[in-house]
Amino acid sequence: MALPIYATTGQRIWHYLYMAFCVFVLFFLVAPLIAVIPLSFTSSPFLNFTPEMLSLDPDAFSVRWYKSLFGMCGDVEDAASTMCHNKWMTGAGRSLYYAVISTALATFLGTLAALGLSSEHMPAKRSIMALMISPLIVPLIITAAGMAFFFAKVNLSNTDAGIILAYTILGMPFVVITVTSTLVGFDRSLMRAGANLGGTPAYNFFKIQMPLIAPGMISGALFAFITAFDEIVIILFIGGPDQHTLPRQMWSGIRQEISPTILSAATILVLFSVILLTTLELLRRRSERLRGITPH
Amino acid sequence: MSAAPETVSGPLITADGIPLKESLQKSLRRSKIRAALLVAPPLLFLIFVFVIPIGNMLTRSVDDKLINQVLPNTFEAFESWDKVSEPDESMFEAMYQDLKAADKTDIGKASVRMNYAKPGWRSLIKRTARKIKKMEPPYKEAFLQADDRWIDGEFWLSLGIMKDKRTFGYYLNAVDRTYDFDKNVIHVDEERKVYNLLWWRTIQVSIIVTLACLLLAYPVAYLLATLPMRIANLLMICVLMPFWTSLLVRIVAWMIMLQQNGVVNDTLVAAGILSDENRLAMMYNFNGTVIVMTQILLPFMILPIFSVMKTIPPSYMKAAQNLGATPTLAFIRVYMPQTIPGIGAGCILVFIVAIGYYITPELVGGKDGRLIGNMVAYHMQRSLNWGLAAAMGTILLIVILIFYWIYDKIIGIDNMKMG
Repeated sequence: MALPIYATTGQRIWHYLYMAFCVFVLFFLVAPLIAVIPLSFTSSPFLNFTPEMLSLDPDAFSVRWYKSLFGMCGDVEDAASTMCHNKWMTGAGRSLYYAVISTALATFLGTLAALGLSSEHMPAKRSIMALMISPLIVPLIITAAGMAFFFAKVNLSNTDAGIILAYTILGMPFVVITVTSTLVGFDRSLMRAGANLGGTPAYNFFKIQMPLIAPGMISGALFAFITAFDEIVIILFIGGPDQHTLPRQMWSGIRQEISPTILSAATILVLFSVILLTTLELLRRRSERLRGITPH
Repeated sequence: MSAAPETVSGPLITADGIPLKESLQKSLRRSKIRAALLVAPPLLFLIFVFVIPIGNMLTRSVDDKLINQVLPNTFEAFESWDKVSEPDESMFEAMYQDLKAADKTDIGKASVRMNYAKPGWRSLIKRTARKIKKMEPPYKEAFLQADDRWIDGEFWLSLGIMKDKRTFGYYLNAVDRTYDFDKNVIHVDEERKVYNLLWWRTIQVSIIVTLACLLLAYPVAYLLATLPMRIANLLMICVLMPFWTSLLVRIVAWMIMLQQNGVVNDTLVAAGILSDENRLAMMYNFNGTVIVMTQILLPFMILPIFSVMKTIPPSYMKAAQNLGATPTLAFIRVYMPQTIPGIGAGCILVFIVAIGYYITPELVGGKDGRLIGNMVAYHMQRSLNWGLAAAMGTILLIVILIFYWIYDKIIGIDNMKMG
């Protein structure tokens, strides 16, 4: 992308305009997320940068919203502390609980599906694949509406089991996609070699295939996890007051009592996503290394 | 081979003595079954928890059974009525029997349904049902005493809309049409028209967002595809980070940016571009929905275009320039046509996701940024007009499935990659 030394003035101007445009777009993508971080340390109860903050006055900054997020508000003595409660922490616990169980189920079922669908002898492969991925395509509002009616009929609405089932459905397509794409690079003769050496199919699967498709399984599981952890539409439709997850708490935070507590939660979630992203990138590199594809 | 001449003319045989053809067929069958057995549990799970519930909901959009179960006698009496004369005693008696026999909650549900056919039914039924126990024949007088609206022929005429067990009425409602009492399709009153506008706005927002994403994504994808791997990977984080961040966090972040006292307005005022009283309204309206949706969906556009661009050898462009094309011409005639699969994939993906959006418009859309998804949610949760919600959901789903089908035909579902 470097500009050649013989570039004309016009080309130079064009090049710099182009670069500026790209910077603008990348900025557009991340700026809002970055803006959240300093603002979460505000000491005022409002969601905007005060002049004091811009002049870097230390009094304008505080960790009071983090304290309120973690439910420590005894030492904050002002009006805003009355809205301090620990729904954030219990919500995070709930979300974690649903996300972990549904991710485990989705990873198991999704891997089974991917293994079957990658077999060259699988009948109706294309249609089944399209069906397995459809939960990603069907709008959540429609999925949620359908499940709300159905779960009410089978006594699953307002239950943890119902939500876990729903989240498993949402997570499964990710695992199917990622595991299928790792299986594309999988050398089937390895399994035949294993069988030749006397391994049972199950033994061969766990000793040969599984370690090789593990990166696909893990990255699919990460997608499934983040989807379940961040899910808001379905929980609004099929969750009762006992299923108060973190996104639900944020939802009511945005709609009713908007306080900077939500920014401290947001900051933590942004950091969380950075960690996940790094994990995923490391996994991708490992997968490439294992499969003998070196990055160029 | 010469040692066993008799096998040469016969079929090839495996070591077990089974003809090779049969043996191969058997092993093929076995691997088919094995694949099917692997797919079966997730597939059945998907069918039971996802496909059937959605299918079930879709049937609600045409279902009109309940009212026929609650008022069987009334509909029978209705059939023998000439629709011109005043309703007679036999009809009131039928209605009396139905209201007396039916379960209280069923009457409630039925009266809600009847209210969609003609406003007023609900209160009429409610008030009458309260007095039904003390009624004595002649029922016509008793009914009129309970509520004098019973003399109004329109209520009785409106039964004609509901007498079938299947109705197409909710679909008509979803596009601002309705049945008149003779089951002709008519437009609803001008002041009650909302849905066509919403459909139109949903399509408009989806197209604007798709085009905006394309415009922003294409140059960035090109940059990422042509930069050296190490720098490109670093910039890729900028693209993927919003992708991985909670949707609600992104919405909160945009609220900070775009609100009246938000970062964007503050910056513009501080830079002297805007005066303090002319701050831009970028939130809680149409603009808010478009801006936030564009940012949220942008990675869905960048990633497919990027992955296609990555496969285009740079030598093509060089060859074109070698043959005398200017860089611009080479880009337009040689490079761009090769990126069309990525553009197609990105556009369809963004469009499909945008058209069913609910959360973002709900939180940042204000009044004129609401989309059809919000209407579905409204009828599901607030007005409880489930038939209408199901009808709108069905239309939405059909549109999306058409695009999904096109996507599968052109790009192939199995080419979908994540991250």
